[in-house]
Amino acid sequence: MSAAPQIDLTNAETFPSRRTEAWKYSDMKRWLREAPEPSGTALVGAPGPFYDLGGEAIVFANGRPVGVTDFIASGVQTLRLRFISDAVGTGHTAAARIVARPGARLLLLETHEGKGSAYVAHNKVEIDVARDAEVTRIVLIEEPEDAISVTNAEVRLEAGGRYRQTVVTTGAKLQRIETQLSHGAEGADARLDGLYLLKGSRHTDLTTVVDHRAADGTTSQLTKGVVHDTARGVFQGKIIVERGADGTDARMAHNALIASERGEIDAKPELIIYADDVQCAHGNTVGTLDESALFYIQQRGIPADEARALLVQAFLFEVIDRIEDEAAKEVVRAWLTARL
Amino acid sequence: MLKINNLHVSVADKPILKGLTLEVPAGEVHAVMGPNGAGKSTLGYSLSGRPGYEVTDGSASWNGQDLLGLDPAERAAAGVFLSFQYPMEIPGVPAMTFIRTALNAQKRARGEEEVSAPAFLKQVKAASQALKMDFDMLKRPLNVGFSGGEKKRMEILQMALLEPSLLILDETDSGLDIDALRIVSEGVNALRRADRSMLVITHYQRLLDYIKPDKVHVLAAGRIVASGGPELALELEAEGYDKFLPTAA
Ligand SMILES: Nc1ncnc2c1ncn2[C@@H]1O[C@H](COP(=O)(O)OP(=O)(O)O)[C@@H](O)[C@H]1O
Ligand SMILES: [Mg+2]
Repeated sequence: MSAAPQIDLTNAETFPSRRTEAWKYSDMKRWLREAPEPSGTALVGAPGPFYDLGGEAIVFANGRPVGVTDFIASGVQTLRLRFISDAVGTGHTAAARIVARPGARLLLLETHEGKGSAYVAHNKVEIDVARDAEVTRIVLIEEPEDAISVTNAEVRLEAGGRYRQTVVTTGAKLQRIETQLSHGAEGADARLDGLYLLKGSRHTDLTTVVDHRAADGTTSQLTKGVVHDTARGVFQGKIIVERGADGTDARMAHNALIASERGEIDAKPELIIYADDVQCAHGNTVGTLDESALFYIQQRGIPADEARALLVQAFLFEVIDRIEDEAAKEVVRAWLTARL
Repeated sequence: MLKINNLHVSVADKPILKGLTLEVPAGEVHAVMGPNGAGKSTLGYSLSGRPGYEVTDGSASWNGQDLLGLDPAERAAAGVFLSFQYPMEIPGVPAMTFIRTALNAQKRARGEEEVSAPAFLKQVKAASQALKMDFDMLKRPLNVGFSGGEKKRMEILQMALLEPSLLILDETDSGLDIDALRIVSEGVNALRRADRSMLVITHYQRLLDYIKPDKVHVLAAGRIVASGGPELALELEAEGYDKFLPTAA
């Protein structure tokens, strides 16, 4: 089911191009013809957006672990997973592995903190959610406009496992955030949400592949995005319901706004169903900012830029409102508000 | 004083206002009446700067300041308020947050001090009570799912809180039952002041029983074709607009 060929930054042969169906909107090879030189060391620097929420930390600086790379959660825990890139024109790969033991509740606060410029980052995260465990993964991504990054998360849910994901990104030159999730045993529950706000010529590609391999699993997905200028947002969502995964309930929605003449959105929702007695639905809308609402807001004295930001914020906050953890929700709201 | 001189406005290249001239001195309330499609809403939109309403000739100024060169938010900061015939819904933005954001944006533009949240809350409570509005409505996204009458009340509430000096009311009476009409009119009358001017746009005379105009103008086919005292409104009510319509040749 892998949507990604195994990318190896040291081998340009492994970089997907648009000739690979799953990468047709994100032509990595076009922007990266040769393998980048490996990045040197980097300083960790500032404490990161989720610092105030405490908990344990896994930190990578230019791919190098600063301490451990693996984490096993039991009970109720918070883990900050930080991918820090501070390189110029070089590449690095980081890999983390997270396990939530049976009954554990983990709040996983992931940040991609890009400094430097024109770097290539490849991040891999493996997450195992054991029986009746719950993982909430919130990802905030901020990278330079000339960076290239690919993040791949593989999530496996055991019986009764719960997984909640919210990816929030402002894009990069070429950015792919991929989540592959499998319902490996019955009665698992997943929420996979995404939010992108792209300016300039930025690009992001939120790709999810959800594989229902067992009965009575539920998946709920909401991705919303806004593109300005000449930015390009890509949403690819694939849900596969395998034979025998009866009683599956899967819903996927992608709603986007193009806030400029030359912005672009590409969306590819797919449902592939081999089981009986399933409830599946997907919806996709792409619109523009409501001009009459914009005028109304300005008539009350709010300048055009602020009026636009108000409508964009209202549109995007729906995704953030689905985050259950109140403290994390507040951090994400403030983070986004500062970037409108 | 509002001074509109020889105003020509086109929408989608179609001339709608064709040489409209009108003056409203400070402290006065003038009614603009006219048949459907005469250009009444176009007048309100043109004065407030709605995109798509292209001024091709003429001028409009408020207290000596040219309005037509300002963007909509600048006009609002200069005192212009349009109560919309069909107020828009603003999803995701609570009404109270919206009004405070607007008020503070205007204050910033005028170089005044912003109003604090607690002080604003007090003002909102008083103003919503005066208009007999349920305070909880102000916590809901602005106008989303509101009835026509509720939207109109919300317009008047915003007007009361933003304290504009040029008040343009576009068919404020439509969608209101008799009780609501009385309450809303009282709200509008309370805003009358020596340094404010009001342009009350309406199709029916009914509203003018409650908001007594100093003058009544008839707008037909894009121009003011008659002006007079309040008795003109009664005459229109009795005889209709027929005699002001261009005769079919
Ligand atoms: N956005 C628009 N696009 C095209 N025509 C319009 C638009 N707005 C108004 N018009 C036309 O302009 C004329 C005047 O409309 P309006 O100002 O709404 O009249 P009133 O408010 O007096 O009923 C009508 O013929 C209407 O069809
Ligand atoms: Mg009208």
